[in-house]
Amino acid sequence: MKNSATADNRHLLRASSGELKALKRNGMIDRLFERSTLFFALVVLVLLGSIMASLVMSGWPALSTLGLDFFTTDRWAANVEKFGALPAIYGTIVTSVVAVVIAVPVSLGIAIFLTEQCPMVLRRPLGTTVELLAGVPSIIYGMWGVEVLAPFLQSYFPTIFPAGTGLATAGLILAVMIIPFITAITRDVMLTVPSMMRESAYGLGCTTWEVVRSVVFPSVRGGMVGGVILGLGRALGETMAVTFVIGNNLFFSPTLTGQGTSIAALIANQFPEADGLQRSALLALGLMLFVITFIVLAIARYMLNRIERRAP
Amino acid sequence: MNSVYQRRRIINRMVMTLCVAAAAFGILWLLMILGTLMFKGAAALSPDVFLERTKMSGGGLGNAILGSLIMTALATVVGTVIGVAAGTWLAEYGTKSRLASTVRFINDVLLSAPSIIIGLFVYAVMVLPMGHFSGWAGVAALAVIIIPVVIRATEDMLKLVPNTLREAASALGAHRWWVVTKVCYGGARAGIITGILLGCARVSGETAPLLFTSLNSNQWNFFDMDSEMPNLPMTLYQNMTINSFIPRQVELAWAGALILTAAVLALNIIARIISSRRSKG
Repeated sequence: MKNSATADNRHLLRASSGELKALKRNGMIDRLFERSTLFFALVVLVLLGSIMASLVMSGWPALSTLGLDFFTTDRWAANVEKFGALPAIYGTIVTSVVAVVIAVPVSLGIAIFLTEQCPMVLRRPLGTTVELLAGVPSIIYGMWGVEVLAPFLQSYFPTIFPAGTGLATAGLILAVMIIPFITAITRDVMLTVPSMMRESAYGLGCTTWEVVRSVVFPSVRGGMVGGVILGLGRALGETMAVTFVIGNNLFFSPTLTGQGTSIAALIANQFPEADGLQRSALLALGLMLFVITFIVLAIARYMLNRIERRAP
Repeated sequence: MNSVYQRRRIINRMVMTLCVAAAAFGILWLLMILGTLMFKGAAALSPDVFLERTKMSGGGLGNAILGSLIMTALATVVGTVIGVAAGTWLAEYGTKSRLASTVRFINDVLLSAPSIIIGLFVYAVMVLPMGHFSGWAGVAALAVIIIPVVIRATEDMLKLVPNTLREAASALGAHRWWVVTKVCYGGARAGIITGILLGCARVSGETAPLLFTSLNSNQWNFFDMDSEMPNLPMTLYQNMTINSFIPRQVELAWAGALILTAAVLALNIIARIISSRRSKG
């Protein structure tokens, strides 16, 4: 009895040669699948590495010939091979700061309105609209800026905006562009606050503003700052919305409303016709922009990831 | 006591009014932009816009639209293959390893890297060695932009697939690759498609990366990827800058802007419908 039972089991445990082959084949597919997906994941690292390497290599001739002058002088003249990046750096920083200063309060206001005040029926449609607008191509903002906003500013505020275009105009357009973007992120992180916490605060007699200020804001501060910095990163690297309205003036004018240029706009304008040292200088500018935005985005991601870990 | 209540109420009222004002302000701007777009774009729309090629003066946008479609479609295919595979590795194999967190972090940074930098990069590695601008370079630049979007979407969606499903399939004797391709992809399909469509929407409006890669051309280009490729965003840019002294070119630019925005918004809306259907079902 006992013997025959083990014999039966042995028979069950023994795999046929066909089954063994299938097992082996599937094991091989398993390994192949994992390795090929790993390969594509490594493509991401290779991409970043090669972006850095190619920009450093092609920008090196300019950086080595110009040295520190590249960052500190304010004359960009291709015909005499003088390349000072100061006007472009100044323009990039000024336009982005103007954009963030305008966009942050407005975006926060819209986000508070959408999460706390807006009638329930309108919340989803309005929220979706904001998200859709965040996807409008940036060139549309630029075209609108040069066709509508700049002439408007020029005719109604000729003393402040003598040409209509300029750094402040570019900042304004950038603000309009990043408002939906910052609003969408801010709204998302504000929605991660458990409604239990909100309701408890309301139950204690807080007004809406007090709930927002003392309950919602403190618990999502990191995420909101992350969203704002992400918006800043967008503004810093934006090309098309800026190129149209910044004036593309290479002469350094340390004003807020004057015409100027930004790193991205300078690259977009001069690169197609550039050659030799000028091309190298533009690529070096690109490298600088990439490093700046990399740092800014890394900070933003660090802050947003901390919030995301908490979200359900 | 009463004055404290009153003060709090007044502050609340003031801040909330400001919030409504902010919402109105923001929406007003965006409505103005969309209004201009509709008004100027619709005025210039005609069948010729779609059928004729771009010319120095007059003509249409047909070749630019076709070129954009070709490049965006190819970039989406490339981006989907690489993005889905990499996202799969992050969600299924890498998970919490140090390599995976590094890849994830780098991907997040690439996700919002300035698009003009991508253009410069492709120029340096493709256009310079090849010696001329080409449609392939444009496709490469757009693909580099779309890859991070798809990776992010794939990983997020695969993470939403419950582990019990994986365990159940494994317990039935399924191999890992089978579990991933049949069970996990099945559950995450709608989300991944949404991500791909959103990436596609994003690159179809990108201008900066095409400036130094595909350039532009005013001829019809049927799949001759090795030469300069006409495309809609670049045509808008040129019509609004170097050709802006010709009124018809500016009109055409607005028509193109309307077409471009409508296409991008349509892609976004389709993506949203697909993902909301999934969350209901």
